[in-house]
Amino acid sequence: MTTPAGSAETNIPQAGPSAFDPHRPPERELLDDCVHCGFCLPTCPTYQLWGEEMDSPRGRILLMDLAAKGEIPLEGPFTEHIDRCLGCMACVTACPSGVQYDKLLESVRPQIERNVERERGDQLFRNAIFALFPYKRRLKAAALPGALYQRLRTVPAVRKLADKAIGRLATGGFSRLAAMESLLPPVTVREAFATLPVHTAAIGERRGRVALLSGCVQDVFFHRVNEATVRVLSAEGYDVEVPKDQQCCGALELHSGREESALGRARRTIARFERLDVDTIVTNVAGCGSSMKDYGHLMSDDPEWAERAKAFSARVKDVHEVLAALEPRAPRSPVGNMDASRGLRVAYHDACHLGHAQKVRAEPRAVLRSIPELDLVDIPEADLCCGSAGIYNMIMPEAADDLGKRKADNVRSVRPDVIVTANPGCLLQIGKHLASGPGEGPLPLLHPVQLLDASIRNVPVPRT
Amino acid sequence: MSLDPRAHAAFAAAVGAENIVDDPVRRRAYECDGLTGYRVVPDMVLLPRTAEEVAASVRVCHEHGIPFVARGAGTGLSGGALPVADGVVISLARLKRVLEVDPENRRAVVEPGVTNLEITGAAASHGLYYAPDPSSQQVCTIGGNVAENSGGAHCLKYGFTTNHVLSVEVVLPDGTLVTLGGDSPEQQGPDLRGVFLGSEGTLGITTKIVVRLLRTPETVRTLLADFPSVGEAGDVVSDIVAAGIVPAAVEMMDTLAIEAAEEAVHAGYTLGTPAALVVELDGPVEECDDQFEQVKVICDKHGCTRLHIAGSPEERAAIWRGRKAAFAAVGRISPDYFVQDGVVPRTRLAEVLGRIADMGSEAGIRVANVFHAGDGNLHPLVLYSAAAGETERAEKLSGQIAELCVELGGSLSGEHGIGTDKACSMPKMFSEDDLAVMQRVRTAFDADGICNPGKVLPTPRLCGERPGKYSPHPLEESGVIERL
Repeated sequence: MTTPAGSAETNIPQAGPSAFDPHRPPERELLDDCVHCGFCLPTCPTYQLWGEEMDSPRGRILLMDLAAKGEIPLEGPFTEHIDRCLGCMACVTACPSGVQYDKLLESVRPQIERNVERERGDQLFRNAIFALFPYKRRLKAAALPGALYQRLRTVPAVRKLADKAIGRLATGGFSRLAAMESLLPPVTVREAFATLPVHTAAIGERRGRVALLSGCVQDVFFHRVNEATVRVLSAEGYDVEVPKDQQCCGALELHSGREESALGRARRTIARFERLDVDTIVTNVAGCGSSMKDYGHLMSDDPEWAERAKAFSARVKDVHEVLAALEPRAPRSPVGNMDASRGLRVAYHDACHLGHAQKVRAEPRAVLRSIPELDLVDIPEADLCCGSAGIYNMIMPEAADDLGKRKADNVRSVRPDVIVTANPGCLLQIGKHLASGPGEGPLPLLHPVQLLDASIRNVPVPRT
Repeated sequence: MSLDPRAHAAFAAAVGAENIVDDPVRRRAYECDGLTGYRVVPDMVLLPRTAEEVAASVRVCHEHGIPFVARGAGTGLSGGALPVADGVVISLARLKRVLEVDPENRRAVVEPGVTNLEITGAAASHGLYYAPDPSSQQVCTIGGNVAENSGGAHCLKYGFTTNHVLSVEVVLPDGTLVTLGGDSPEQQGPDLRGVFLGSEGTLGITTKIVVRLLRTPETVRTLLADFPSVGEAGDVVSDIVAAGIVPAAVEMMDTLAIEAAEEAVHAGYTLGTPAALVVELDGPVEECDDQFEQVKVICDKHGCTRLHIAGSPEERAAIWRGRKAAFAAVGRISPDYFVQDGVVPRTRLAEVLGRIADMGSEAGIRVANVFHAGDGNLHPLVLYSAAAGETERAEKLSGQIAELCVELGGSLSGEHGIGTDKACSMPKMFSEDDLAVMQRVRTAFDADGICNPGKVLPTPRLCGERPGKYSPHPLEESGVIERL
């Protein structure tokens, strides 16, 4: 042989048995959809950070293809580069060929969880996250010392001590724990333990009946968003049901490849909500919405659940989709800002799981524009993830920090009075990085329905 | 074969060990560019961050006789960034700073990893933009544009990359850092900048580029017109030019291309129409309005079945998104495809399209057409399925189409470059003397033949052979040569 050769085939030949197990491996047709054009590169957060092909969507798809062709194992570099993916799905939006990277990732992550043994520390940390976040009660318990701790932090001596400890954690290789700590939002005991009414009647003539998924992190750390959602829906003519015994929808686990456990939660959620006499199942969390809309696909090969899951997913809507579908009914007042000479300048951040995963972009903007004298601005590099990405900012803190800083700089560049976004993860992540950067005082970071709620009730814009 | 450990250590010293990819799995991610029909796994990938690191890397290659290939975003469609066996890939993805925007002198200084569209992004606040607009402009890098002398839809009016680059800082194949060209468009002595532009990575690696910026046009008018045949649409193009109008862009798409683009972006293209033209005029308002009316009259004269004028910047953007995503969007209607890039005299558009259609049906392979009609630059997309064993037939057809363009008085490549893909067709277009002169220019820069070897010029020993699984060369089969 004179020249060692590469493959001359557009498609890589099958070298051996696939590295994936037979349970839902990435589908061949989906892998073949990628023509390697590279249009995904500019919107991929990890390619933007590191400029490496292995950390780009087309690079990851190539690695998946190689694994399926039996050329590379799942252990090692393959797992590393799939782990580094934020799952933001910006590539799905950017792809001209219609590659369903979301479906590919959804089948590959469980393969890794099943077949690759993680390093012990990594495994323990992941277990800890999933033993905490999907459980509202545990989160509340965690929030209580959190609340106490945050009050204590106002005492200078305590703050100094705590900062030292966190610094040591960060330098001592415990940066993941430090990242988790620094994301803890200020929570009051009252809020952590408040509950939503089970039935709230529509104000005026009824336009529909909806059930609200109250969420886990959302309900503990952002209970006020749920309260605003219930008020707004009711003011717009919807009966709102909030089942008390609802549980986690499984989004965090689903997006991390913990398939079995996520499916269990999905089934419980379907079972709890399907017996309610409502038109729509509403969520105000982008991540929960994207997973619940996916149940139908997720359970398509489960004879017992396929139909129920499909019917459930068809009824799921993001709160903005519900609100934008009908003409606004409740009168809106302008939401004031300090400087009455102009309208409130609001920057809307597209949460990836709402914009990219659910393609809900116009609706939140339409809802915000229904507020008089509101100046809605877009954020530069809006397609780029803020680095929150479910549990990503806890397991990949350095990359998440780089993205968070970049997002904060982009937010500052449009000089908003308020930032709104429809996902608790984004709120926490952007809040953290806006607070740590330059700027005059903290900017209010809200869910869009909180602004709408203030407008309908004609009260000042809340600070948090 | 793996690299000499001494070379490995020298590369690590040049860019830092953490900026080297040498793991066998990770290297696979660099085995091809946008032309996936050719794959070669490099021995190593280097990710330098500065021009100095690029120069240091190339010096190591020079000292150890290791071939190297520069890579930007890896979106090229002629295999120009295909790695070479036993060689290294030098990625410019991390040299991505816009160093300076100088609105007074209408120029910008950028690193090679900056994308084409990012230059316009950096200049936009000054009312300026960078004119060449390859369809992949949101992802392709300026370094790659320099290497390929890239074009784009608007090159009809504004010219190619070479018309917009004042100077380039280049690492020559021996590792020296030089600047070709200068601040003024005209330089004394031979135009080495001009030689370098479009040399497809065979003369060195660009590390800094000074580009010209233009003022954003006062107004832009875009229309989308459907026609009963590609012939009629082609006549419209000729008539527009004959009327003395210089459109900013004239693009044509046929039924298959429209189907793919419409499915990808829903821009309002008419499904099923045999041909559609996108005509864009830009400049002063009065001039645009006046010429726009003339264009509409010409369209009507040739049996235009639907004329749609973009009513808003969003609509205009959607039309262009459809056109610019068309190649990749073809992935929706075919599992695999080859893109050709031939050029024909504009007057022979209808003829060449007819012949391509005939060749396609003869081969039993579908061909979609989307192209820069204004300058006769065709982009036939040869659609096939590798899984169904159509690769060879499609590849043959693709080569025949390129050579047909030469036969009709055109050329092999309008803007994608010769690269790996069309090197073997070069003798169809150039005489032995032509090729020998090109080779001498090349060796003047790269005496050792380590800079993107095997690209552009046919290598006699290998021509007719291709990287890939071994198959005997025709001359081997006939007993003229033997494999060592």
